[in-house]
Amino acid sequence: MANFLARRFLSSLVSVIGATIAIFVLIQFHSDPRELFIPDSGYGITQEQWENLGERMGLNDPLWKQYVNWMGNTLRGDLGVSLARDRAVTDLIKGKIGATVQLAVGGWIFAIALGIPMGVLAAVKRGTFWDYFGRMVAIVGQAAPPFVTALVAIWIFAVWLNWLPAGGRSPDFNWKEYILPCMALGWGAAASLMRLTRSSMLEVMDAEYIRLARAKGVGWNLVIYKHALRNALIAPVTSALLVFSGWLNGALVVEIVFSWPGIGYDALFRAVNDNDFPLLLGTVFIFILIYLVFATLADIAYTLIDPRVRLGNSAD
Amino acid sequence: MATSETQGEVQHVDSSTLDAPLNPVIVQRSIVGKIWHIMRKYPVLPGFVLFLLVLAAILGPTVSPYERDIGVIGDRHLGLFETSELPAEDRDAPRYGAWPDGFHLFGTDHIGRDVFTRVMHGARVSMQVVLVSLVLGMFIGVSLGMISGYYGGMVDEVITRIVDIWYAMPFLMVALIVVLVFGRGLTVLLFVLALVAWAGFVRVIRAQVLVLKQMDYVAAARVNGASDFRILFKHLLPGILNTAIVVGTLNTSGLILAESVLSFVGAGIQPPTPAWGVMTNEGRDYLSIAAHQVLVPSAAIFLVVISLNFLGDWLRDRLDPRLRQID
Repeated sequence: MANFLARRFLSSLVSVIGATIAIFVLIQFHSDPRELFIPDSGYGITQEQWENLGERMGLNDPLWKQYVNWMGNTLRGDLGVSLARDRAVTDLIKGKIGATVQLAVGGWIFAIALGIPMGVLAAVKRGTFWDYFGRMVAIVGQAAPPFVTALVAIWIFAVWLNWLPAGGRSPDFNWKEYILPCMALGWGAAASLMRLTRSSMLEVMDAEYIRLARAKGVGWNLVIYKHALRNALIAPVTSALLVFSGWLNGALVVEIVFSWPGIGYDALFRAVNDNDFPLLLGTVFIFILIYLVFATLADIAYTLIDPRVRLGNSAD
Repeated sequence: MATSETQGEVQHVDSSTLDAPLNPVIVQRSIVGKIWHIMRKYPVLPGFVLFLLVLAAILGPTVSPYERDIGVIGDRHLGLFETSELPAEDRDAPRYGAWPDGFHLFGTDHIGRDVFTRVMHGARVSMQVVLVSLVLGMFIGVSLGMISGYYGGMVDEVITRIVDIWYAMPFLMVALIVVLVFGRGLTVLLFVLALVAWAGFVRVIRAQVLVLKQMDYVAAARVNGASDFRILFKHLLPGILNTAIVVGTLNTSGLILAESVLSFVGAGIQPPTPAWGVMTNEGRDYLSIAAHQVLVPSAAIFLVVISLNFLGDWLRDRLDPRLRQID
């Protein structure tokens, strides 16, 4: 276990460093961040002031030194100061991440609550209406991009039925505002969880020990829940943890459609539009970190649930 | 078994022990049954949808009834199948072909442009973008996968690591950064989508090459003095082509989704060019008064992606059933 964790940590480190270097280099191709403060004509700015500003922002150092400085500060928990908003990046991210986490967890619960029971149902009642219904939902879920799901959901539930608000998030908690965004975000994941649960459930139900359990007279319900489900859930549970990583894509779209003040829309999207590179780097860093943490957790969960899996061979 | 054959019926065989019945079963089907059978066996409906897509993409600019980017503002927000009530002299936007005057099959958008025309043009835009980026991504992915699998060692380590890092990055974030850095434009979009496509090939192709390069015929070629280049191209490439085609088909729907998401967010195709994502984004402010503006392009994306998924699955089962475990 310790060996595995160490290796995992090392490869995560390589990933983080590689990704941040890539973005650091990419940003160099873009215009000078000083130009955010200074009009194109350069009117009223002397060369000296320009240099001083560069000095203050650490732009005069060679690239590798800028990177090392940034990494050093990051390790000390300081992600720099946002250029466009003149606030600490850590504060900005802290202020926004709550909304995104709420959205992600809500969507996650939706995906699990819909995907896993439907997968089990489809497998147990194979070939019946429930099977076809579940598979149709899965196919639909995998073919619709998040913005289509979101907009159709708004159209049905907000415009047509007028049951739920079409977007926004008020400072006071209002459960109605969460339903549509979480649904839009969780839909695709529910579809893939459902497919995964169905196929692994079918596989398990074909196994000898299920027949044995039936043969010795255990009732169907007990066989399904105690013998089949427990073994069939290994793959879906691992995948459910990994789902979080894929959501950083979907969350951005869903946040835009629903005007949700989360990290994707309010930090990443704005940072890109404002050319605010400390904020951009900070958000990217946090996103990758979240992904790696969940990928590692998924691997650990895998071994805890299924003792047959030995860690350390994951690279093969 | 022999007796049952003469009697004209097949004995019951447990399907878990035998995959296919030993005797070919001759089944008499009604017409409906025949159609149903063909539809289940071949991807008829998906094929039809994709045929329409290709048709729209090729013929779109020639047969589309109205001008793509010019609307009649007085005709805005017309619903499905609605005809303009404005007098003909007030509708100065050009109209083509034998199309009923002022008739809008899919209605009009917020500045009076014909949605049907724009959806057809959108098909063309999407097809061009997706095909070019798919070929580009396939080229990069297959080359890297082959190099990685064939040479192994340090090269393999580096390429696999890069793919791992790539999978750790949310693609939308990368796309936004690339678009920020290099500006919005068609070339940049093609590049970004190729970036989306390539990684999927590398892992599968690498695994395949790892198997193939152990084969005797590869060893024989090497003994005969074939160069690495020759072995890669003449002996290994034909073996992985099927896999590459299947992975490519399965990836196409992902590319269409990625393109539409990018265009929706504003990092892809730029308005007024009518990509489906652009149309959806433009229409979303008018969801309460003219939902068709969003629903028509959404339905187009959805139908094409679902058809591609079906076609991809079918192709995979046909050409390379081993890949089944991937999804």
